[in-house]
Amino acid sequence: MKFNRRGFIGTGMAATAVVGAPMLMAEGKPRVVVVGGGAGGATAARYIARDSKGAIDVTLVEPSRSYYTCFFSNLYIGGFREMASLAHSYGKLASETGVNVVHDWAIGIDRDARTATLAGGAVLPYDRLVLSPGIDFVEDAVPGWDIRQQNRMPHAYKAGSQTELLKAQIEAMPQGGTFAMVAPPNPFRCPPGPYERVSMVAHLLKEKNPTAKILIADPKNSFSKMALFQEAWGRYYDGMIDWIGPDFGGGDVSVNAEDMTLTIDGEVTKVDVCNVIPAMKAGRICALAGITEGNWAPVIGHTMQSRIDQNIHVLGDASAQGDMPKSGFAANSQAKVAAMAIRGALTGSKVFPAKFSNTCWSLLATEDGVKVGATYEATDEKIAKVDGFVSQTGENTEMRRATYEESLGWYAGITSDIFG
Amino acid sequence: MRGWAPLVLLAVLTGSATFAEETAIGIGDPARGERLFQQSCGSCHQVGDGATHGTDEGAGPHLNNIFDRKIAQFADFSYSEGINRARRDGMVWNLGNLDAYLTNPKLLVSGTNMNFRGMEDAGDRGDVLAFLRQFSSSPQDIPEAAPTALKQEVVLGPEVLSIVGDPDYGEYLAAECTTCHRRDGDYQGIPAITGWYEEDFVLAMHAYKRQIRPHPVMQMMAGRLSDEEIAALATYFAALE
Ligand SMILES: Cc1cc2nc3c(=O)[nH]c(=O)nc-3n(C[C@H](O)[C@H](O)[C@H](O)COP(=O)(O)OP(=O)(O)OC[C@H]3O[C@@H](n4cnc5c(N)ncnc54)[C@H](O)[C@@H]3O)c2cc1C
Ligand code: HEC
Ligand code: HEC
Repeated sequence: MKFNRRGFIGTGMAATAVVGAPMLMAEGKPRVVVVGGGAGGATAARYIARDSKGAIDVTLVEPSRSYYTCFFSNLYIGGFREMASLAHSYGKLASETGVNVVHDWAIGIDRDARTATLAGGAVLPYDRLVLSPGIDFVEDAVPGWDIRQQNRMPHAYKAGSQTELLKAQIEAMPQGGTFAMVAPPNPFRCPPGPYERVSMVAHLLKEKNPTAKILIADPKNSFSKMALFQEAWGRYYDGMIDWIGPDFGGGDVSVNAEDMTLTIDGEVTKVDVCNVIPAMKAGRICALAGITEGNWAPVIGHTMQSRIDQNIHVLGDASAQGDMPKSGFAANSQAKVAAMAIRGALTGSKVFPAKFSNTCWSLLATEDGVKVGATYEATDEKIAKVDGFVSQTGENTEMRRATYEESLGWYAGITSDIFG
Repeated sequence: MRGWAPLVLLAVLTGSATFAEETAIGIGDPARGERLFQQSCGSCHQVGDGATHGTDEGAGPHLNNIFDRKIAQFADFSYSEGINRARRDGMVWNLGNLDAYLTNPKLLVSGTNMNFRGMEDAGDRGDVLAFLRQFSSSPQDIPEAAPTALKQEVVLGPEVLSIVGDPDYGEYLAAECTTCHRRDGDYQGIPAITGWYEEDFVLAMHAYKRQIRPHPVMQMMAGRLSDEEIAALATYFAALE
């Protein structure tokens, strides 16, 4: 059996075709269009197609042919992972579950006509639309920085070439040079992400450039797993890392990409690498669809439906849902709730109460892993935290190694859950 | 269902989680325990002055100072992967988890090398543990238990073990697990849970739920599952190859 990966309109899904029966045509079936083939979107497409066993026609719109996971991209910077091991393609989604994968951008949503328009000109009708476009950056969030400077001052907050560029810049730093990070304000993708990155940069520098310095300008008073990170920075990278919180002007920064300077609270510092992670907002297709309030797209926790248009479900980083962090784990978890709700609405399959969970691991140094996790339920108001845990300071090396190994298991698990 | 027990007892602790008994007598009858130990454990385990690890095929480590000892702590004894994992999770032997292990070793440790069918009778287990308690350090070296923290038996009886899981519900609930546990049963750092005997699966989940097994992630995941939900998951994963 063969599936057509490129065509979309009128492509029959042969998955359930019985011998002798006429091939079902897409027009007769409910249609779901998923925009964004990342942690949320690819999971939703896979679960809807697989569990509906061909009863729903699923099209996934995603411009890239390879998805590089942001999760574990910090480990690449630290030298613990190859870039190629972070790449995932969409072949199995098409061949195993019959998802129609279209490599293109969605550039407009007509909510009245219920169609998505692609950059290539195609217009895809839908019964339900899933938007999981991840994040974009807020314009002018860091004075002096915009997306045109991303090669001089990379964000590396969408994985791939940006991550490779950042690592190459760190490796090219002069001995004793300065790596600076401009950390983002809440809420943002992966709350421990910037601090895991600092740990990995420090690990790399300790090996190659031990007199180098790391400077973090942070607008937040505290951050995820702060005690664990600070303990590790003292233990492994003593004296290397300088964290400047808002009390010392960490929230008042500007950059100059020409001169490679960072200004904190009026004081100008010349730096060798500047990792600018600006404030974030929902991927811009959400605003184009008119379903955002402020920077994010509010959703109903029970189903992940947009509060503005119930034919649209918003997953992952782009959604404003309540207590869950913006993580790949969370996006994957939300996608399963949405997939169940969508199947229930379109084919009458059983619907169960929404359950969500999240665990985020961070690597502090070689084989020293920590984690934070929680479970959640949907209330009418939001997705609300039920229970949680976090690694403790002072844990022994054996437990930390086990936690690191568990994170490898998780990566292998979630990527096969998302992409097959 | 395979093998023996028509019903399985799960020990739980109320009150404090670090638990120990002031006196051996409070646990059971050490003299009767000695006889039971010789019958049931003595072929594999030594305890007392000069005790060493067993060297015969299938024998176990010595049991001196077993109370408050780290699980699987000896570098010179070759343990199973499952029990080593419990050590990495930080588990320490106390009355509650010893009682669980003796009730049914795989309740606490999947794939344990202790080839022992379990001791069904709570009184027998109490007596054996009272006997072993005499070879552990003096009571003041063990965190004192609150008087309320007495061991209680909770019956995980046929009515729990025979719940028939709803496969559709199992499919939905299982989606939450496959973020970490691979559906293809491949071990890459997180144990495989496909193709198990349903009863073993149910026991393991209840052991996390009641925090007899360590591990914060699994305690949290199992903690909010009902008996029916655990049964639905067991049915679903048992059918996956
Ligand atoms: C450094 C770093 C470390 C991280 N570590 C972890 C971790 O350890 N654990 C964890 O759980 N999470 C981690 N995360 C967070 C995780 O990567 C994100 O939360 C997750 O990817 C969000 O999933 P998503 O589906 O919302 O968006 P994404 O995964 O970003 O997917 C969005 C997709 O939509 C596509 N897209 C966007 N707009 C359009 C459009 N108009 N048309 C078509 N396609 C479009 C994009 O190309 C992209 O492929 C980390 C993130 C970073 C940056
Ligand atoms: C057939 C042999 C056998 C019998 C019978 C047996 N055990 Fe064991 N026991 C073992 C083995 C082997 C191990 C190591 C388990 C592993 O590696 O998973 C073990 C482990 C243990 C441990 C954990 C030791 C540690 O270092 O953490 C305890 C406690 C224990 N047994 C108690 C008992 C008691 C009490 C009895 C009798 C009621 C008993 N065992 C009967 C073989 C046996
Ligand atoms: C965040 C990752 C994660 C999620 C989600 C998760 N598990 Fe686990 N699971 C683990 C880890 C890690 C272990 C090993 C725990 C230990 O050391 O005892 C484990 C152990 C287990 C075990 C015991 C395996 C053994 O060999 O003893 C079972 C059974 C199990 N999980 C079932 C489930 C079920 C059912 C779900 C979904 C409701 C689930 N898990 C969700 C990470 C996870």
